[in-house]
Amino acid sequence: MTVVAEESAGSERAESTWRTLRRGLALSPELRVGLAATLGLALVYMLGRVAVPVAVQQGIDRGIVGGLDLNALFTVVAVTAAVLVVTTACGYLMMRRLFTVSETALAGVRVRAFRHVHDLSMLHQQSERRGSLVSRVTSDVDQITQFLQWGGVILLVNLGQLAVTTAVMLAYSWQLTLVVYAAFVPAVVVIRLLQQRLAGAYGVVRQRTGALLGAVGESVVGAPVIRAYGIAGRTARRLDEAIDSQRQAQQKAIRISILGSSVGELAAGVALAGVVVVGVFLGADQTLSIGEVTAFLFLVTLFIQPVQIATEVLNEAQNAIAGWRRVLDVLDVAPDVADPGERGRTLPPGPLDIRFAEVRFAYPNGPTVLHDVTLDIPAKSRVAVVGETGSGKTTFAKLLTRLMDPTEGAVLLSGVPLTDIRFDSLRSRVVMVPQDGFLFDATVADNVRFGRPELTDEQLVAAFTELGLADWLDGLPAGLATGVGERGEALSVGERQLIALARAYVADPDLLVLDEATSAVDPATEVRLQRTLDAVTRGRTTLAIAHRLSTAQNADEVIVVDRGRIVQRGPHEELVADPDSVYALLYASWLEQTR
Amino acid sequence: MASGTSRDVLGRGLAVLGRAIREQPRIFAVAVSGSVLFGAMVVASAFVVGRVVGDVVVPAIERGSVGVGGLALAATALFGLSVLRVAGIFGRRLGAGYMQYRLQADYRRRVTRRYLDLPLSWHHRNATGTLLSNANSDVEAAWHPIAPLPFAVGTLVMLVGAVASLFFTDWALALVGLGVFPALFALNVAYSRRMAPRQARAQRLRAEVSGIAHESFDGALVVKTMGREGQETARFADRAGQLRDALISVGRLRGIFDPMLETLPSLGTLAVLVVGAYRLRQGAIDVAELVSVAFLFTVLAFPVRAIGWVLAELPRSVAGWDRVRRVLDATGEMPYGELRLDATAAPASLTFTDVGFAYEPAEAHLPDAEVLGEVSFTVPAGKTVALVGPTGAGKSTIAALAVRLVDPRSGTVRVDGVDVRDLASDSLADNVALVAQVPFVFDDTIRANVSLDRPGIDDEAVWAALRLAEADGFVAALPDGLDTMVGERGTSLSGGQRQRLTLARALAGRPRLLVLDDATSAVDPRVEAAILAGLRSSPSGGPGASILVVAYRRATIALADEVIYLEQGRVVARGTHSTLLSTVPGYIDLVTAYDQAEVDHERKADYEEVTPLASGLEVER
Repeated sequence: MTVVAEESAGSERAESTWRTLRRGLALSPELRVGLAATLGLALVYMLGRVAVPVAVQQGIDRGIVGGLDLNALFTVVAVTAAVLVVTTACGYLMMRRLFTVSETALAGVRVRAFRHVHDLSMLHQQSERRGSLVSRVTSDVDQITQFLQWGGVILLVNLGQLAVTTAVMLAYSWQLTLVVYAAFVPAVVVIRLLQQRLAGAYGVVRQRTGALLGAVGESVVGAPVIRAYGIAGRTARRLDEAIDSQRQAQQKAIRISILGSSVGELAAGVALAGVVVVGVFLGADQTLSIGEVTAFLFLVTLFIQPVQIATEVLNEAQNAIAGWRRVLDVLDVAPDVADPGERGRTLPPGPLDIRFAEVRFAYPNGPTVLHDVTLDIPAKSRVAVVGETGSGKTTFAKLLTRLMDPTEGAVLLSGVPLTDIRFDSLRSRVVMVPQDGFLFDATVADNVRFGRPELTDEQLVAAFTELGLADWLDGLPAGLATGVGERGEALSVGERQLIALARAYVADPDLLVLDEATSAVDPATEVRLQRTLDAVTRGRTTLAIAHRLSTAQNADEVIVVDRGRIVQRGPHEELVADPDSVYALLYASWLEQTR
Repeated sequence: MASGTSRDVLGRGLAVLGRAIREQPRIFAVAVSGSVLFGAMVVASAFVVGRVVGDVVVPAIERGSVGVGGLALAATALFGLSVLRVAGIFGRRLGAGYMQYRLQADYRRRVTRRYLDLPLSWHHRNATGTLLSNANSDVEAAWHPIAPLPFAVGTLVMLVGAVASLFFTDWALALVGLGVFPALFALNVAYSRRMAPRQARAQRLRAEVSGIAHESFDGALVVKTMGREGQETARFADRAGQLRDALISVGRLRGIFDPMLETLPSLGTLAVLVVGAYRLRQGAIDVAELVSVAFLFTVLAFPVRAIGWVLAELPRSVAGWDRVRRVLDATGEMPYGELRLDATAAPASLTFTDVGFAYEPAEAHLPDAEVLGEVSFTVPAGKTVALVGPTGAGKSTIAALAVRLVDPRSGTVRVDGVDVRDLASDSLADNVALVAQVPFVFDDTIRANVSLDRPGIDDEAVWAALRLAEADGFVAALPDGLDTMVGERGTSLSGGQRQRLTLARALAGRPRLLVLDDATSAVDPRVEAAILAGLRSSPSGGPGASILVVAYRRATIALADEVIYLEQGRVVARGTHSTLLSTVPGYIDLVTAYDQAEVDHERKADYEEVTPLASGLEVER
């Protein structure tokens, strides 16, 4: 969430640019390799730009004015041409190194950030907009490359060009140098001011572009609602507003940008006029030669470009640094649910038993959703957790699969605290089927073998058959090869759940956690699935978060959660026997619904 | 890329630019005028600098005295030129920017209008991501070359002017120009040609990298619970590596061309010095002319690159334009009719007659997937009809047809006896409402989500609808009540809350026919019972709505006056719940599944007491 807030603020963050740069370079040490050589090449490349005005001066003073000396002229031209060949070659080498090093380093950053987002806890992932997480590994990284390739080196080259040009000018005449600076220094000040406003204007553009994307997204994703409620007119109006306000922001930004380049242009005009006036007076005093005055006119043009580029780059650098900071900030978030890795333990083989020891859970800055839960579930048992919406029953599933860690207390599997279990052991032995069984845009087969890519089609068909879903699979247009569409949207909600269930089933876990995994499936199919699941999961431990109480009836034990506490537990028959209990009320309501 | 294709792209790219000019002729004229003024002033400044050196600087230094009048004139001319250049920049950049942004806005409007006009069947065939980028990045890509276009046109004019002025000065120097400028031009063209396919590849890979990240983060829960982070990272790293290679190849090309483009005019300046010296000795030119020409080479180098920018952008522009056109040219509108239903509060009837429906496949070569065949039934005015059937039987499709989200392949759907295809858009929406299985919530306030700015729905009506949908409790508890923003896709609400909000949205419009597509599945049974009781009669005690409800729960079904039982897109049986329960085996299996489960459970419980638990997967059923 900090990241989102920062996006709008830009420079509000206290961390300095230098600190971000240092952090960034520490993260990608390969960026430093050969940096000195690259900068050296860049400086030589830049010298080529100053070579021409010097050649003009030398050529005019030695070879043209005061009697033509073609030999002297040829020498000057030949030397300059040779210098140009060398500087061009250096330019090529510099760019080649720069691009190879920066792209390689940042591809590494991209992949690391991607992995890190997956390593973050579910809570952290959900606290950010999906789009902003995606931009951490896409556009933010692109901005850093832009900066390294344009900003970093080009800025240095241009500043170098200013320095060398200044040195050459000083060598010719300090008075004329003063004239040029007198014209450009105020311009730089004005340009900097304008560019601060420009940065603000671009901030508005980005924000309105975001709003525009949101509006378009709603008109696409919400198309059925728009059509069903006949609100196309309202939607069109909102789209138009978003489109127009983005356009206005863009136009405002370009107006400021033009003002900036005009100031540079005018400064050049003032400098040229000033150089001519002062130069002529100095020349008349024999302080300056004709060639030197002429060279100055050329040198002034070398001043405009770097001044404009440098000020522009400084601005883009701000954005790029902000992008870099966002990427670094993501990488810096230590996953609050971390893999103990090598230090961790593996689960003992065989069926797993579950122990909740005085577990309390509260969302960050939120109320407590589970209070002081202590619970033992023996291995191989089938447990159902029931309760009203918001009672805290889903929290059970999330704690058990270590999507979240308890605020207090511990969860243990076969005596091993979850926090000590290596993820590769935990994830291969404990599998959860969430209510929203997300599917990847691939075939049914690819989705089912997600956890075990080595499975053959025959094994997948066998799995569907074992689950009693062979008929349903045959009914799909292309069987296992049927494409499920984006997020599985080519299938009905119930069908998606069937695939998600098969996916968990073939993963062959010792503890299966079902979080309302069949809520959108028809009752007959659900009951059939329930039966087959009972059969195929016998010998393993299952915990089902149940929405329909049919699941509870079949369980070895029912755990009733009410307002974050376990209020009842025991077999169905026992719990129903107490007519005033929470479970009895839930069950009565369920019966009312089903018969 | 074969040169034939790239020439083709060039032609088509220029055609897209031509279209832009035809659509915004005036602003384009302003931009080009500014650009030509700028170009003329650049050429002029070279000659003024030359004249100043030759006529003011040289005499002053040689004579050792200053001619104040000439000097003042020179300074004024130099400064004046730069003022005119600034005027040119204003015209050019303002014109180009406004033209580009106007075209973008205009086409975004046209594309999104098409989204609203095209039928849902078209939406089904197109991925959400594609439609988003059509309206955003494709429109942007199509008009991207507009930004440097006036500059490029002005530069062409300037080049012609420069060469002409060179000939006017001296033919030998002009020949140097004729060597350097076309070479510069050719270098730019070659650069753009080679760059375009590399850029396109990088762009494509960038989209793929982003697509993988999007999908992978969307499915983060599944990735996490199955421990597939490593494999997902490998999938991402593979594509990120391809992107890296593509970007490095872009960079290498830049490394070759950028320094050459910068060096070539410098070499031209050196050539001018040599040739100029000879011509000076021959007395064909003076020092002023020599300086002018040398200066010209220095100041022209940069603008020539604008031509390269335009050419480099053309392939992307053509690709973007093609994708935008695909939306604008898409056919298959679902036009509304003219008829209106009578203004009445009485419940409406719904009739399906021999309705057949098939989804068009996403790829043309695949067969249509038939979903419904010869479906006929009626929801009489004021009655409740339940649609029951197994997963995938076509229930949601019937719900969509009833409110005309899609049109049937065959047969007709009528409301109050009028074919829904003949009804005006607002007349249908005013009378009929659908609550979908997956709730969709706008990124807006609670109030706007319920009222949708429909006329006659004030706060009181919003609260009444929320009460009916049992959503008033949680809304009242929200910090800003009705003004609470619900976030992107309603993320700040739970699934059940979102569902109740969409229910309230349907109820707020006082529909005469309400279609509920398993719309209470995320709501607890007790809450659902209360909601259904409220729906049976209107809040004001007047006539309620006719209801078509897709349901699995027996309590819901039992409320229905009639049940339609579907299997694989066909009506298998219809009648009252109790009739079907005693006659239709499939229906019995479906609806009594839970009772059967309970009976089995009890039997099994007895059974298990005498049989020890078997273990492992191989258990026989």
